[in-house]
Amino acid sequence: MSETHVLEAHQLVKRFGDFEAVKGIDVVIDRGESFGFLGPNGAGKTSTMRMISAISQPSGGTISIFGLDPRTKGPEIRSRLGVVPQEDSLELELSVRHNLEMFGRYFDLSRRVVRERATELLEFTQLTERANDKVDNLSGGMKRRLTIARGLMNRPEILILDEPTTGLDPQARHLLWDRLYRLKREGVTLIITTHYMDEAEQLCDRLVVMDQGSIVAEGAPRALIEQYSTREVVELRFMTDDHEEYLDRLSPFAERVEVLPDRVLLYVNNGDETLRDVHAAHITPSSALVRRSSLEDVFLHLTGRSLTE
Amino acid sequence: MIGSTNTDVGRSRWLRSWGYHAEYYAQTWRGSVASSVLFPILYLAALGVGVGHLVSHHSGLVDGQTYLHFIAPSLLATTTMQLGEGESLWPVLACVKWIRTYHAAATTPLEPDDILFGKLAWVATRAFLTAVLYTIIIACFGAIQSWWCLTLPFIGTLVTLAFSAPLVAYAARSQSDASFTTLYRFAFVPMFLFSATFYPLSAYPGYLRPVVQFFPLYHGVALARAAAFGQGSIVPELGHIAVLVTMAIVGIMWGRRTMRRRLTD
Repeated sequence: MSETHVLEAHQLVKRFGDFEAVKGIDVVIDRGESFGFLGPNGAGKTSTMRMISAISQPSGGTISIFGLDPRTKGPEIRSRLGVVPQEDSLELELSVRHNLEMFGRYFDLSRRVVRERATELLEFTQLTERANDKVDNLSGGMKRRLTIARGLMNRPEILILDEPTTGLDPQARHLLWDRLYRLKREGVTLIITTHYMDEAEQLCDRLVVMDQGSIVAEGAPRALIEQYSTREVVELRFMTDDHEEYLDRLSPFAERVEVLPDRVLLYVNNGDETLRDVHAAHITPSSALVRRSSLEDVFLHLTGRSLTE
Repeated sequence: MIGSTNTDVGRSRWLRSWGYHAEYYAQTWRGSVASSVLFPILYLAALGVGVGHLVSHHSGLVDGQTYLHFIAPSLLATTTMQLGEGESLWPVLACVKWIRTYHAAATTPLEPDDILFGKLAWVATRAFLTAVLYTIIIACFGAIQSWWCLTLPFIGTLVTLAFSAPLVAYAARSQSDASFTTLYRFAFVPMFLFSATFYPLSAYPGYLRPVVQFFPLYHGVALARAAAFGQGSIVPELGHIAVLVTMAIVGIMWGRRTMRRRLTD
């Protein structure tokens, strides 16, 4: 394993009985990178994360974290990782500060050290004013931030976040993203799963797109969009129960056409021009929108399905 | 944030889990302390003094003891059994399913075994302290007649572990608490009432005695009584100990499996 790689997985498999949740994936993650797993619910992201966190053992393939084998060095690896699970799993009856301090003691940090770090991380996650409140009384966004602070108590080299902003309002999401940028600037390697394409585009240097347990594409967000999609997308809605009937009429106008239950997507280089052509052909959608291609389009192109179905 | 030199040496990992439980208790004990002092006194007053008055009026001594003295040690056994039950079902299901704090602990250097052993060690600690308190209280009621009473805290701890270990294992594999109430109704409450707790084994008809002796609590009650009165003899007491130790060991072995499955799959 090279110095720059913090994590290498080859042909990683996770089986639950007959069900194969992860079907032989290869991943290499560099130190200081922020790496994403993008995919819909059920794509195998969480199973992958649990193996990468040295919690669950692979059913097949190999994985090496910091050059160590999680089968034999689990505790040592986990002492250098921070994990922010999908569910906050905080002690609701205890204060914000106690949650951090007691968790820090799992890493055998001294009382003095956990006190100092808790103070520092409460500041970092903007929870100082709520330090003595019971966790039960916090908002969803605050709980999420506290869970992140908890994952940082051991000053991890890698922070692993499973769906960090699911269920949060836009303001809370942006605050959280801002904290994650800061960690990245300080050199922490971030590994993030998400089913939000905007989150993946914002946070990840590089990502893999997962679908049904396999990796279907890998690269930087912009590169993936350039590779798998056109520059712009025209979204058309019609007053109809079945948008499929417009497929033939619209096909000549675009490189590629995707029909969704509630709209038709035209993949083109110049959206405004295409829209003019469509109108000129006396096709009149009830609404039309021109936008840039996103990772959502990449996913749609690769799998034929939408990310957030 | 980085650049630390985290190595995972130092305090045993199960001890960190024990310390976590201890600290949690230190933050939240206020609700439970009144009951652990008050209940034994209430029970002894109501049953020992109240019912005891009737009993002595009608039949004099029970197994050579006043009724109060007769039931005092068995209440220590039932209390420690109830502690084992209460600490092991709902609290563990909460930690593995509802709040998932064991899953959070599993992201740290702790292994499932460490989480399990820390939990059981903490339950044992509480059992020991409760049994010490109980021993002092029943001594105040005059129900202690032998230096063997010094073993009562250990007997109490053993009873707790005999129940706690298998119940933690069971809760760690449960998906809901639906069966827990059933356990209480059809196992724990009958055991509490019919383990020679409130009257001696000789009071049961002959064909029922094997049933009573089948109840694990019966062995705890018998041990506690023997220790309080200094009337035990080697063979039966070792038998009682063997039953309880076996339950605890089987429970721990089962718990290692269920905990590992629950936390690492």
